[in-house]
Amino acid sequence: MSADASARRSDPILVADDIYVRFDTPEGGVVAVDHMSFDVNPGEFVSVIGPSGCGKSTLFNVIGGLLTSHQGIVSVAGETISGPHQSIGMVFQEESTFPWRTVIDNVAFPLELTGMPKQKRVDRARHFIKLVGLDGFESRYPGELSGGMRQRVSLARTLASEPKILLMDEPFAALDEQTRLLLGDKVLQIQQQLKQTTLLITHNITEAVQMSDRILVMTYRPGKMKRIVNIDLPRPRTSEIVGSEAFGRYVAQIWADLREEASRGMRDQEDHVLHHEAPAS
Amino acid sequence: MSAPARHTALRAYLPPAFGLAVLVGFFVAVEIMIQGGILNRFIVPPPSEIIGSFGRVIVEEHIFSRFMLTLGECLSAGVMLTVFGVAGGVLMHRFKLLQQACETWVAAMASAPIVLMYPLFMVIFGRSSLTIVMIGFIAALPPVILKTIEGLSGTRKVLINVGKSFNLTRSQQFWKILFPAALPTIFVGIRLGLIFALINIVGVEFLINYGGLGQLINDLAERYDLAGTYAAICFVILVSVLFFMTLEKVERWLRPAD
Ligand SMILES: Nc1ncnc2c1ncn2[C@@H]1O[C@H](COP(=O)(O)OP(=O)(O)OP(=O)(O)O)[C@@H](O)[C@H]1O
Ligand SMILES: [Mg+2]
Repeated sequence: MSADASARRSDPILVADDIYVRFDTPEGGVVAVDHMSFDVNPGEFVSVIGPSGCGKSTLFNVIGGLLTSHQGIVSVAGETISGPHQSIGMVFQEESTFPWRTVIDNVAFPLELTGMPKQKRVDRARHFIKLVGLDGFESRYPGELSGGMRQRVSLARTLASEPKILLMDEPFAALDEQTRLLLGDKVLQIQQQLKQTTLLITHNITEAVQMSDRILVMTYRPGKMKRIVNIDLPRPRTSEIVGSEAFGRYVAQIWADLREEASRGMRDQEDHVLHHEAPAS
Repeated sequence: MSAPARHTALRAYLPPAFGLAVLVGFFVAVEIMIQGGILNRFIVPPPSEIIGSFGRVIVEEHIFSRFMLTLGECLSAGVMLTVFGVAGGVLMHRFKLLQQACETWVAAMASAPIVLMYPLFMVIFGRSSLTIVMIGFIAALPPVILKTIEGLSGTRKVLINVGKSFNLTRSQQFWKILFPAALPTIFVGIRLGLIFALINIVGVEFLINYGGLGQLINDLAERYDLAGTYAAICFVILVSVLFFMTLEKVERWLRPAD
């Protein structure tokens, strides 16, 4: 039983119970997610943090219903899911805008599927475009935008479907530090404004501490739950809070956890490389 | 005009200017070799004579109505190509067994000289425009099918996942994600197909001595009007180049920035 179970304020909106994923590869099986359990309360911002390759995206795909070859149960508001669920919205790690649609048509995509009349659709889409700060770019194609702008389009598109739970897989990983901070602020602002239940996958500690109510720290291979950290920092949190002492303590604690895992991961990969290159040299 | 601007302008015009210069240089060299007796003027007519016979060929041989005929055949084949080629590609992508069974021989067909089967087509369709269109169509089908499959299976995984995450049905997944994602590649296939069709159509017209530009070349050659024959060949080449350029323009216009 996880340590925070007693701290539950209300019925969780998302429950992941004993998730286990194993991939079979030519070099043998890889356990990507090893018996992870946690839950997320309505309106809560939870981050999942862990070294590269630990199984974060795999966990994300399980919760989003894209991966069905897993063991364990995911339930949304008490209902067990067995595929993509309409109350879960996903923002992917890779660039995922539709290059053949303009910004507004990208964002209106989920609304189009519900059969919403055109004018209403356009108005709704405009609202979310404004929310991510892209007003003025409605009729541009993604090819004409920067990487950060495209990620905001993806975010707006997912928000437009008004998911009860927002899943984000390192949406800003490919961006520079400044843009990433600004977008982080934006996401946080939107999350607070919409009271959006959010699960953010990241390997950036500062980002996680700044945004989250709770942080789930994962181990490197197999991807297990190492620790759950409650972040008791006052809100609203702007980029200034990053300088505070309490903030620093959280970062240091998680950094210590992750350093252990990351170095284990590096060693593992080095062994792997040496092992495979030995015969050739 | 500033120096860098002049530099970029030069950059833009230099390659085509150079290309043209090479062409002109080649013709001048041929002309000189013929005048100097190195080349036999009864095999290769002097370029000046070819240029001189352009007007005659255009006026006396109704080149524009012939051109329209060939173009019409080409476009008919193009419509069929688009319908059947894309549909074929979609089916083969949809049913993997069909793809595994057929993809290799469709690819083999792409490199086979289908024109040589014209007697068979003549038996089926008669000595008519229909034969010509059908050969153009069959010969150009493989690139359209192959490019359609390539486009559909090349759709980025994450875009398919976006569709899944929005709970798209199978047909929505196809029409809203796979097909638009594949469209640029499908256009390339159709463009290649139309070029294949043009080549084959002119070839068959020549072989069966029927119809548009191909027949004209055949006619002029049989009359031993060498300069006229070469003028007609030049005209066909010109048409192909223009056709190719137009298709590229249309393609660029059809697909938005990406
Ligand atoms: N489809 C698959 N087949 C085989 N192995 C896979 C597959 N998907 C992921 N893996 C393996 O599972 C492990 C976890 O991958 P995952 O993508 O979840 O990592 P991640 O934590 O998201 O990493 P990153 O931070 O780099 O995005 C990796 O070792 C990866 O090699
Ligand atoms: Mg990942």
